[in-house]
Amino acid sequence: MKTVKLVDLAKTIRSKNAGTDRITFDIIFRDPANYEMVKKSGILNRTFIANLYGIPESRIADFVEFDPGYAIKFTINRLRPSGSFGEGDVFGCQQYPPLLDIEIPVE
Amino acid sequence: MSKDTLRIISPNGHLGFAPTKEESFYLGAATRPDYYCCDSGSDDIGPVPLGMDKCASHPDWQYHDLELMLLKAREQNVPMIIGSAGDTGTNSRVDLYVDMIRQIAKKHSLKKFKLAYFYSEVDKEYLRAKMLNGEKIEGLNSRTELTMEELNATTRIVAVAGVHPFVKALEMGADVIIGGRTSDACVFASAAIYEGFPENIAYYAGKVLECASFCCEPYGAKESVIGTLTREDVKVTAMAPFQRCTIASVAGHAMYERTNPYYEYVAGGCLDMSECQYEQYDERTCRITNPKFIPMDGRIKVKLEGSGYVGKRFLGMAGIRDPYTIKNIDKVLDWARSQVAERLPNEKYELSYRIFGKNGVMGDLEPVKETKSHELLIVVEGVADSEKIAEEVTLIGTRQIFYARLPEVKGTAGTAAFILDEVTRISDAYTWTMDHTVEVDDPLELFPVSMITIGE
Repeated sequence: MKTVKLVDLAKTIRSKNAGTDRITFDIIFRDPANYEMVKKSGILNRTFIANLYGIPESRIADFVEFDPGYAIKFTINRLRPSGSFGEGDVFGCQQYPPLLDIEIPVE
Repeated sequence: MSKDTLRIISPNGHLGFAPTKEESFYLGAATRPDYYCCDSGSDDIGPVPLGMDKCASHPDWQYHDLELMLLKAREQNVPMIIGSAGDTGTNSRVDLYVDMIRQIAKKHSLKKFKLAYFYSEVDKEYLRAKMLNGEKIEGLNSRTELTMEELNATTRIVAVAGVHPFVKALEMGADVIIGGRTSDACVFASAAIYEGFPENIAYYAGKVLECASFCCEPYGAKESVIGTLTREDVKVTAMAPFQRCTIASVAGHAMYERTNPYYEYVAGGCLDMSECQYEQYDERTCRITNPKFIPMDGRIKVKLEGSGYVGKRFLGMAGIRDPYTIKNIDKVLDWARSQVAERLPNEKYELSYRIFGKNGVMGDLEPVKETKSHELLIVVEGVADSEKIAEEVTLIGTRQIFYARLPEVKGTAGTAAFILDEVTRISDAYTWTMDHTVEVDDPLELFPVSMITIGE
C-alpha cells in the first residue's frame, strides 16, 4: 500500500510543556481531508505512540482527536519536572521530530 | 452605562520575554482599544527563576513593553492590566514592575493615575497550618497530595490568581494593575467580567488573547492582536499586516500548551470549548461563538506553584570527534564518573551527562538508538551542597573525558576537545516541588490588593 509521511500531510507538528510535569504534542492539519484520512487510518493511537517513544502506555496522560481544530493531540508525563537537574529541553519543544516520519497509508 | 462591545489589545504573549513588535502594536493602539492587557509570566522557564527570585527576561525589554502600553493607555485614559509580573509573579517582581511604571511616568511627566498591585507569594507556614489542620493540598495532573517533606523542600511558592484581585482593583478605580502570578486568561477575562460581560465570553476571550499572535498565521510571535467581545461572541483580529486569524489558527491555539484542548481550568471554574463554533468573519478576523463556562461549586481551588532548592551547580562542555571514542562514548563517561567517585568517595553530589549528537535533546524519549553523528558535544552538570564540591565534581567529570582510557584509541594526547578548559558556575539547581491546589473561602485572602498614586 502507498504511504505518505505525516510531515507531508500535517500543517503543524509541535511539542511544548503543558504545565511543569507534562509535554503535549499537537499534529494539526490544514484541511479536514488530510485530518480525516490520518484519523481513519487508525495508525496514531496510544499504543503506537508508546512504542515510538519507547515508553509504557501509562506515561501517556491523554490522547485526543480534536475535530474543531483538525488536530490530533497527545500528552506524555515527564519522568522529572521540567528544568530539573540534567534537563535537555526545558520548554519541551523539540520532542516532536520522531512524529515527522510516521508513514500514513493513502488510497 | 455598560458597554455593548469591549475591545482588548494583547501586545505580547509574555511581556518582556522578547520585545513587543512596535508596528502592529501601534496599528492596534490607533484603533483605540478599551483595555491594554498583557500576561508577563510562565512556568515554562523552569523552576530556577521562581526559586532564586529573579527574572528570565531582560529588564530593558520589560521596560520597553511596559512603556509602550502605559503611554498609549494613559493617552486614552483606559485601563492597563499586567499579570504575572517579571516572569514568576513573586512579590519582588511586582515591586520591580511598579517601580518601572513609576520611572516611565516620571520620564514622560504623566498626569496622576491610580496604580493597583497585588502580591501572590504564599508563606510555607500558611500551608503548614492548613495541613496540620487536616486540609488537603491536592496535586494537579499526576501529582499526589502534598506531603510535609515536599513542603519543607520548597523554597518559594506563588498562588495563581484568577480574575478576583483584578476585578477588585478595577472596582477600586485602578488605572493600571500590576499583578502577581496569574492564570494567563484571567488577565483579560477580568476586564470583561468587570465590564459586565458573561463569564463564558470573558474567559474564552482571555484564552484566545493570552498568547497574542500565537493564535495567528503565519507563525510570528510578539505581534499584537485585538479581541472584540459582545455578549454573544468573540472576534479576534491580527494587527500585524502579514498575519491573519483563521479558523485553523484560532481553533488550533485552543490546544496550545495544555493536555486537553476542550477544557481550561481557572480559579472558580472551567472554560469548556468543546462546542465552540469558529467562522471566518473577515480576512484577518475569526469569530467564535458558544464557549461554555462551568462555575465550580464550593470553596475556590487556587493553584500553587512551588520551587525547591537542590544545590550549587556548575557546567562543563567537551567535544568528541574521534569515531572510535564516539562509538565507545558510554565507556568514556563511565570512566569519568568512576574518577569523580574515586576522588570524592564521601561527598553527596549529582553528575549529569547529556550527549548532543546522540540523545542530548530527547534523552529517554529518543527513538534513534544508533549514533550517526561524526562529532558529539557532552554537556556536564554537577550539583552539590557546596560550591567547592559542585565545582570539583564538574571539573573532574569534564576533564576525565579528556583522559578516558580506551584500549585502542589512536589519539593519545587527549580524547576530548575543549572550548574552554574550565567549568562555569551557573544558576543553582532547583526543581518544581509543587503543582497543587489549595482551597480558600475568599480568593482575595491570597491576593491582597494595594493602591498607590503615581504621576504629577
